[in-house]
Amino acid sequence: MKKLAHALKSAFGEDAKADVNSNPVTLTVPVERFAEAAKTLKDGSAFLCAEWATDDTESGRGFCVYACLREGGEYLIVKAEMSSEAAGPEFPSLVTHFVPAYRFERQIRSLMGIIPRGHPDGRPWIKFEDWPEDAWPLRKSFDASKAMTCSEGQYLWLEAEGEGVYEIAVGPVHAGIIEPGHFRFQAVGETIINLEERLGYVHKGIEKRFESMTWETAVKLAGRVSGDTTVAHSTAYSMALESMTHCHVPERAQWLRALFIERERIANHLGDIGAICNDAAFAFMLYQCSRLKEAMMATNHRLFGHRFMMDRVIPGGVTVDISVDAKKEILSELDFLDENFNMLVRIYEESSSLEDRVRSTGILTSKLARELCVVGIVARASGLDVDCRVHNTFPPYDSIGVNVPALTAGDVHARVWVRVFEIRESMRLLRRILKTIPSGSLFAHCNAVLPDTTGFAAVEGWRGEIIYWIKSGQQGEINRCMVRDPSSVNWLALEQAIKGNIVPDFPICNKSFNQSYSGHDL
Amino acid sequence: MIRILRQIFRTGIVTNQTPQFDDPKIKVVGINLDDSVKKRFRRSLSVREVDAGSCNGCELEIHAINNPVYDCERFGIHFTASPRFADVLLVTGPVSKNMEVALRRTYDAVASPKIVIAVGDCGCNGGIFGETYASLGGIDKVIPVNIYIPGCPPTPADILNGFYKIFLAVKNPVMI
Ligand code: SF4
Repeated sequence: MKKLAHALKSAFGEDAKADVNSNPVTLTVPVERFAEAAKTLKDGSAFLCAEWATDDTESGRGFCVYACLREGGEYLIVKAEMSSEAAGPEFPSLVTHFVPAYRFERQIRSLMGIIPRGHPDGRPWIKFEDWPEDAWPLRKSFDASKAMTCSEGQYLWLEAEGEGVYEIAVGPVHAGIIEPGHFRFQAVGETIINLEERLGYVHKGIEKRFESMTWETAVKLAGRVSGDTTVAHSTAYSMALESMTHCHVPERAQWLRALFIERERIANHLGDIGAICNDAAFAFMLYQCSRLKEAMMATNHRLFGHRFMMDRVIPGGVTVDISVDAKKEILSELDFLDENFNMLVRIYEESSSLEDRVRSTGILTSKLARELCVVGIVARASGLDVDCRVHNTFPPYDSIGVNVPALTAGDVHARVWVRVFEIRESMRLLRRILKTIPSGSLFAHCNAVLPDTTGFAAVEGWRGEIIYWIKSGQQGEINRCMVRDPSSVNWLALEQAIKGNIVPDFPICNKSFNQSYSGHDL
Repeated sequence: MIRILRQIFRTGIVTNQTPQFDDPKIKVVGINLDDSVKKRFRRSLSVREVDAGSCNGCELEIHAINNPVYDCERFGIHFTASPRFADVLLVTGPVSKNMEVALRRTYDAVASPKIVIAVGDCGCNGGIFGETYASLGGIDKVIPVNIYIPGCPPTPADILNGFYKIFLAVKNPVMI
């Protein structure tokens, strides 16, 4: 038995029951001991990855709450059932043990109508204050096809008082071409003393929408949770379904998925580096990087039929192959990218005015990063060594091996530098993949989904770890699809990293995080 | 500095010379622009982009029309930060319930005459997100739309084609 499961088992004895059919290991604990279980695991240095709830009232049971934790390469799910008799379902909040539970639980309360007992913040999250009080869309009794009738409402913002304190409210519609969200700063002079984010503007009811789709068609929706991460999201969804149906994906298909994921990573990192530099008024980098990114997009379109490779990954495999000529084309494109990118990195390093803006700006300390359980590029810039390609490895990464950068400065520069490192590493991976990709078929049929089973997958997208947890209902249909984009945890880190910085540095900080609104709001 | 200059010269001009402009996919409704508008829009079109609930895929392609390969500014298409300065609202969607008010307010803030372009399958009809408690469907469910650019997401060329319709509509094709 692995470390976390063992720790919980030995602390809880008979009170922690293992669910035989589930992946990863799922231990059910009595609901009143839910927070205590989290505490035990935290003492075993676990991170909280996600927390969510299900509504099993249709099958005669009550609501369930789940927490997914990770330590090293081990994932563990702790589950607690709430009795169906109880008038208002409740569970003890994990907030005192894990900071990210703060938003997960507000979300559970807002969308599922379950009370996290002991949670300090009763304000809704994602659900807006003008929604009807009893609109809990994730409940089975909620009819998602009906429009809601909304009324007036007021969100209670945190307030700061004192001499010289003032507020700046930004959004939801921002000045650039970006997604909507509201930021409220409290500042004294130029210095930010607090930032409060309010997200949820692009909530499209994705998790509920999954429940009205079939397993095969839902992969399209997964690919549109966050458009810039379409490949990694559809891969994560597909892998969750494959784990549920014990489907063996042909090797060639797995290698092609990795090829797509790494191309997506390079393209997005290039875009980010350009955009970050542009926010320091270094427009040269923006145009150079976006030109390289555009070259990749055009190649994707030519070779794989879509600029972002949307819908190219499906459960069981992939829909496009790569020809010998296409391989050659990608290899020569890599040479072109390599040469130009190296020159750009040199210029970046030599620009002292740029350095002045990016160094020691927006620092997220290692300690905070650990407490906030951040993932992906943000984590790796703040000294956390987490990458699903390594700790939850799957082919072809297990045989190729991935070098993961670990920087500790946690500032904007570190987040740029992680990207620089990763672009180079992804180029190496691409060359390896192209050289040794095995032959074979592209697709294997998945078995039909059995009733009442669960599936799970964690995939490293370009932002970080993406988690899908799916559950089938009585007829084998989609009963619940929990999506955890890296943004769901990393947004909290931006609020912390910006404290003490000056207001004009917010855009560059925000870009260096570049989290997804859509992936968070769902 | 010398390295920057060298890289600029080495790169040269990468702008795609021949986008293909007349695209039958793109639907235009109800633009009837009087003379003053023709004058006003000629080679100068200020655009305010609004994400009313997209998955951000469409945003990436709108970014792409600003890149050196598509370079929309050569046609006078220019993105502005304030709706007050805008002639055109470029909206991606579906319109989420939570963005409805913000979209209406942004629309109201644009001075008349104004043109609304709906971008993407979602913007045209709600796309994969459909009409639910959280998604109101296409942009025209909330504000009037003049030009529809389908695609998931539409390519940068598609989006430029959509803009071209405005220039066509003023019977003064300034795109060359
Ligand atoms: S049209 Fe496609 S890319 Fe655009 S917002 Fe909708 S799902 Fe995303």
